[in-house]
Amino acid sequence: MSHKKELIKFQIDGLTVEAEKGQMLLPAALEYGFEIPHLCYHEAVSPYGACRLCLVEVTKGGRTMMTTSCNYPVDAGLDVATNTENVQRARQMILELLLARAPHSEKIRAMARDAGVEETRFRVIEDADDCILCGLCERVCREVVGANALTFVNRGDRREVAPPFGDPIACIACGACVYVCPTDCIKMKEEGDERTIVRWKRTLKMQPCQSCGKPFAPVFQLNWIIERAQLPKDFYALCPVCRKTKKG
Amino acid sequence: MPLKSPDELEQLRTKILEERKAQGEKKGIVLCTGTGCRGAGASEVFDAFKKALGKKSAIEFKSTCCHGFCERGPITIVEPLGIFYQGVTPADVPQIIAETVTKGQVIEKLLYRDPATGQTIPTEKAIPFYTKQNRLVFGNNRHLDPTRIEDYMAMGGYKALVKALFHMSPEEVIEEIKRSGLRGRGGGGFPAGRKWESCRKAHGDIKYVICNCDEGDPGAYMDRSLMEGNPHSVLEGMLIGAYAIGSSEGYVYVRNEYPLAVKNVGIAIEQATKMGLLGKDILGSGFDFSLVINKGGGAFVAGESSALMASIEGYVAEPRAKHIHMTESGLWERPTNLNNVETWANVPVIIEKGADWYASIGTQGSKGTKIFSLVGKINNTGLIEVPMGMTLREIVYDIGGGIPGGKRFKAVQTGGPSGGCIPESLLDLPVDFDELTKAGSMMGSGGMIVMDESTCMVDVAKYFMHFLKDESCGKCTSCRDGTLRMYEVLDAITKGKGKEGDIEFLEEIGWMTAEASLCALGGSAANPVLSTIRYFRDEYEAHISAKRCPAGVCTELITFTIDPKACIACGKCRKGCPTEAITGEKKVPHKIVQAKCIKCGTCREVCPSDAVKVA
Repeated sequence: MSHKKELIKFQIDGLTVEAEKGQMLLPAALEYGFEIPHLCYHEAVSPYGACRLCLVEVTKGGRTMMTTSCNYPVDAGLDVATNTENVQRARQMILELLLARAPHSEKIRAMARDAGVEETRFRVIEDADDCILCGLCERVCREVVGANALTFVNRGDRREVAPPFGDPIACIACGACVYVCPTDCIKMKEEGDERTIVRWKRTLKMQPCQSCGKPFAPVFQLNWIIERAQLPKDFYALCPVCRKTKKG
Repeated sequence: MPLKSPDELEQLRTKILEERKAQGEKKGIVLCTGTGCRGAGASEVFDAFKKALGKKSAIEFKSTCCHGFCERGPITIVEPLGIFYQGVTPADVPQIIAETVTKGQVIEKLLYRDPATGQTIPTEKAIPFYTKQNRLVFGNNRHLDPTRIEDYMAMGGYKALVKALFHMSPEEVIEEIKRSGLRGRGGGGFPAGRKWESCRKAHGDIKYVICNCDEGDPGAYMDRSLMEGNPHSVLEGMLIGAYAIGSSEGYVYVRNEYPLAVKNVGIAIEQATKMGLLGKDILGSGFDFSLVINKGGGAFVAGESSALMASIEGYVAEPRAKHIHMTESGLWERPTNLNNVETWANVPVIIEKGADWYASIGTQGSKGTKIFSLVGKINNTGLIEVPMGMTLREIVYDIGGGIPGGKRFKAVQTGGPSGGCIPESLLDLPVDFDELTKAGSMMGSGGMIVMDESTCMVDVAKYFMHFLKDESCGKCTSCRDGTLRMYEVLDAITKGKGKEGDIEFLEEIGWMTAEASLCALGGSAANPVLSTIRYFRDEYEAHISAKRCPAGVCTELITFTIDPKACIACGKCRKGCPTEAITGEKKVPHKIVQAKCIKCGTCREVCPSDAVKVA
């Protein structure tokens, strides 16, 4: 069943590169080692184009436009410039905007420094909680986990990510959102036999391992997986560590 | 019974026309009950006419939707003489019937009085507001009861559909639309024929056509009035477009805040379906087409085509990247052709009268007419339809009747909230797609907000930025935070907290917002700021450097005082002041106690001797 991949040739910063048809510009450029800053892109989920940091200038058919590279499909004959004066100017302003939203994020501070931005001229948003609305948590929850526990709420400057109707009932506390969040604004803590995803106010009881007795994952999560994957009811009787030692 | 052939349609039309002819030139009353006139009390007038006329009246009573001259509503026209009455109340109804309808006598007090000459004008046709217009698309509203398909038939309705289905190939229809030069009336101004062509050529098992009636611009209601007043013209346009594209399913996306438009298009779809003008094998042509209404939830951004499609699919209305065109992959990833209400309504006119005739109207790059909602500081508020290329001066002064209160024109804001402000020096600009863009504004869907000397342009920019920061979908950092931050800077400037360099800062944020955002909303969001800086930089500078608002609007930068020489001590301001900040007695000039004054401007409004000064 191997059919030949269609490769497309185009230029990035003067270098001729190849990428598979249908691929987006950003991952293709990253593969070649071009450095394009990005925050809302993650290879595990579909591109979204929210943070606007991965801007590049694309010339196609004699027309040049600034566009995000994460959701721009590669095309034969494209001429891509990753670091023009316009790109730098726009990126610096975007970083200033992000700094005012996520003043505690070390990652954004470092990105800003790399782009020559030391501080933001904007008022830091009151009670800034570092969320930059990149939507990675929402996408990973919907596309990868399949729990659909998160959604965007409101629009404009009142936009936020939250459990639908404010109720985290669908959250399985798996922590995928914690893992992908680029600004570490979603925290997870485990105390005793409880796991909490702090941002979504979701606390679930964890299942103790039948062998070692240590709580290892939320009961709700394990049952959810068992049901969806049609696994035997006692599939998760053991914690990952005991399971390995037992099998080994 | 559904009509099975074009002949049956023509037979029905002949029957309707003969019935009407047999009744002779009937005395009649036409009442506008469009949303604008309803706001002015037309529903009560309607009830009064119904009651007074009774069930078996020989007088024909027709309720239509918007005629356009909303400033003067409720509007009543007495036929066959075409007597035009304005501001009609239920109390006027018996007199209208007894004198005008029965005896042909004109009631002077209900007539329109030309503010320029002071003369009353008895007929609609002679009113300057109407004489300069070319009401190609909008004009039929005045003659139609939108809930009666027979009215539309009597005016030649669905003739263009027959012509397209039975005498033209889909390619010929597309060629005709291309040659007509019709450009999308929703904002982008993309050539409609080219869009149709690429959708026809796209591969797909199903293709969709969509009518965008999600008009969200503050002060704009062209599409609402067309949809309310002449829904069949929109349906006919969609049918012709669907035939040309090869589509059998369509959507009408109409915002739920337009209840009358939702109702009337619903009735129209039902009637057209019953008559066999929608559904399977339309008029025996073999062409199938069905329409579904989708009610919008009220987000401004849902009017953006890709966001609108997301909304139909059941998702949040959020634009997506259009590197692959909607005509290739739109609604449910199928080829989709979206046009707005006014664009669709132009289609039957073009097919019936021909591309050459249509292209003879307008300018080089913009053909046909355009409907504008003329609002703000203007005498004749309402909807107007003019040939492309008419100058702003003609629109504002000849049709609009100039600025109320003899004040001086300052600017006109076109293109909706993300359009721009055009100054007095450009009043002779011919209004078309390209000229407006060159001037730093845009056509948008046709909003026109007139501003006079008492309007502060920094305040205007702030108003629109407030709207846009609320109505941005919030996805792109550049648009969401760009509009928010421009608003914050403008807010500071209007409160006397502006700093040197703020203008340049605004220009920089504006540039980034326009360049780095995904959709057209972000791409144009900076226009209100950039265009006011471009044409009214001195006003910005006055706010920032001198902490002064030249128009006397920004409350934190102005002081109200009473000129003792001009004050006639009438006491009106003292009584009107909500904070009791004005002292004075009979025959003693009044004074404003500054500590108590909240700068609401009531004193200035009520002063009969213009003694209240703002500085």
